[in-house]
Amino acid sequence: MPAPAQRRIIFQHIDEPGYSNDLACYVKHGGYEVMKRAYARPPAELVEEVKKSGLRGRGGAGFPCGVKWSLLDRKSGKPIYLVVNADESEPGTFKDRYIMHQDPHQLIEGIMITCFANNVKQAYIYIRGEFPHGARILEKAIAEARAANFVGPNVLGSGYGCEIYVHRGAGAYICGEETGLIESLEGKRPYPRIKPPYFPAVLGLYQCPTIVNNVETLCHVKYIAEVGGEAFARIGTPNNTGTRILCVSGHVQKPGYYEFEVGKITMGQLLNEVCGGPLPGRTFKAVIPGGSSAKILKFGERFKGKRKVGTEMVDYDWAVEDVPMDFDSLGMIGTMGGSGGVIVMDDTVNMVEALANINAFYAHESCGQCTPCREGSLWMKKISSRMVHGDARPEDGQLLKSVADQIAGRTICAFGEACAWPTQSYVAKFGDEFKGYADAKKTAQPAATTLV
Amino acid sequence: MNLTPATLSRIDEVIPHYPTKRSATLPLLHLIQEEVGYISNEAIEWVAAKLELQPINVYEVVTFYPMFRQKPIGRRHIKVCRTLSCALLGGYKTCASFEKEFNTHLGEVSPDGEVTVEFVECLASCGTAPVVMIDDELHEKVDAAKAKQLSDQIKAEAKARK
Repeated sequence: MPAPAQRRIIFQHIDEPGYSNDLACYVKHGGYEVMKRAYARPPAELVEEVKKSGLRGRGGAGFPCGVKWSLLDRKSGKPIYLVVNADESEPGTFKDRYIMHQDPHQLIEGIMITCFANNVKQAYIYIRGEFPHGARILEKAIAEARAANFVGPNVLGSGYGCEIYVHRGAGAYICGEETGLIESLEGKRPYPRIKPPYFPAVLGLYQCPTIVNNVETLCHVKYIAEVGGEAFARIGTPNNTGTRILCVSGHVQKPGYYEFEVGKITMGQLLNEVCGGPLPGRTFKAVIPGGSSAKILKFGERFKGKRKVGTEMVDYDWAVEDVPMDFDSLGMIGTMGGSGGVIVMDDTVNMVEALANINAFYAHESCGQCTPCREGSLWMKKISSRMVHGDARPEDGQLLKSVADQIAGRTICAFGEACAWPTQSYVAKFGDEFKGYADAKKTAQPAATTLV
Repeated sequence: MNLTPATLSRIDEVIPHYPTKRSATLPLLHLIQEEVGYISNEAIEWVAAKLELQPINVYEVVTFYPMFRQKPIGRRHIKVCRTLSCALLGGYKTCASFEKEFNTHLGEVSPDGEVTVEFVECLASCGTAPVVMIDDELHEKVDAAKAKQLSDQIKAEAKARK
């Protein structure tokens, strides 16, 4: 079956010749009109639209956005904050970068609608430190929007006031975790907070109710305000509504970002048709479907089970290529849609080396707060690096797995799972490669590409 | 601390963005590092006094975040992405090219004082791997040949300055 056409809603103007990131260009393309209409409606109605839309967060966890908003403690008497998660730190993910650099006003409009809907008077955009230009572009865009009265003490003369400030991170992956991000915004080390009691919706930034939403999610909110929740819910597939930006990197002919209705495209269509297939003379070996922490998929493996289609339960028997790229399908086969970062590896890659690369990342980025993660991520790095650069033993795969098994579920935040899942899945699916690595090294050609 | 009036005014502008002064820790450290090049102990004490904190509150932030450094670096900062998508397309080779071009090792200042080459983790531009940031500029698809070209450019700019 041929791949469906892209449906560019969020990325409508990305890479469009002549489209610039200033206010005039945005307004010329109908910018801030949705916000003007939204501000004439009761805020509760906007929350209801987002609930009806079924929008799920695009940052990684896929949590329903409307539910997140409805958990807000609105009766505490404390101010409510919106924090925009623009940390984009999951390896393999590169979508928010383009929104912020090329279409910042789309994000600002989404923020201002979200703030109005939830009675937020202060929003912060937490942007990763590695986007210095992005931060400057956003600051300029906010200044333009403020001058045009789209942001500020009396937005559109409605009497409602809301301010946005940009806050730069400084190179730490853990700041993408929402409670770590909040700590960082408070000027501290980004040690994630324990839940309960520190659910951001109740005890977030400055111990006040706080919404933390991803950049792409907020752009979808703007679109929902434009077309309505029900119309949005008709895009995509049930429980996986709207479009989503898939970022493809690694060993394909045409890496890049592609926006599709969620669940309407399969992994095989995405990689073989949209991305042009493997590099010449190579074949696909493995793919990570949702950012580097998602469990890896091995080409050739099959997934069987029952799934709900409409009201009926039907059998499915999928190869990797058959899996629809939505939250539920990827969850069903034991991995996740995560942040939409698809990393492809072909037959030139040795999985021990790929894992050693990933393990080095997680050992570097563990915040060090919980012992299983701090020590475990480091040991997984040490073991896998030793396999590559020193002596490898047949039992190393099992040793790695035993370390990983002791991390997941024993930490304050999901980083424990994020660093354990690669090791667990690589060893489970490519166990022979770990067992035979010592021998493979003796006979192998020097690797064309060093991975660690 | 001798900061320029421009930096001082940006510092005074950013503090009221937050209901608590402590929140301005990262912004202040960024502004100081942009001007001075690194965060000295004197800077840590200055920020602490400015934000009514103890120096340890600032020190622990400086030592946690990879982007803050406590030592000066070369005039230009070359940051090569190390993470998987870039490594798959030759990021390690790219990094080695820069090291060779400037006769330096990772994390050190090159003998001519011109650059510091570093590996950094994911720069969120995986679709155009391998990527490199030189100071604030992102460079995409930097293979060995492009690394050579960028190095030559840095060398030419250094020469023009002298």
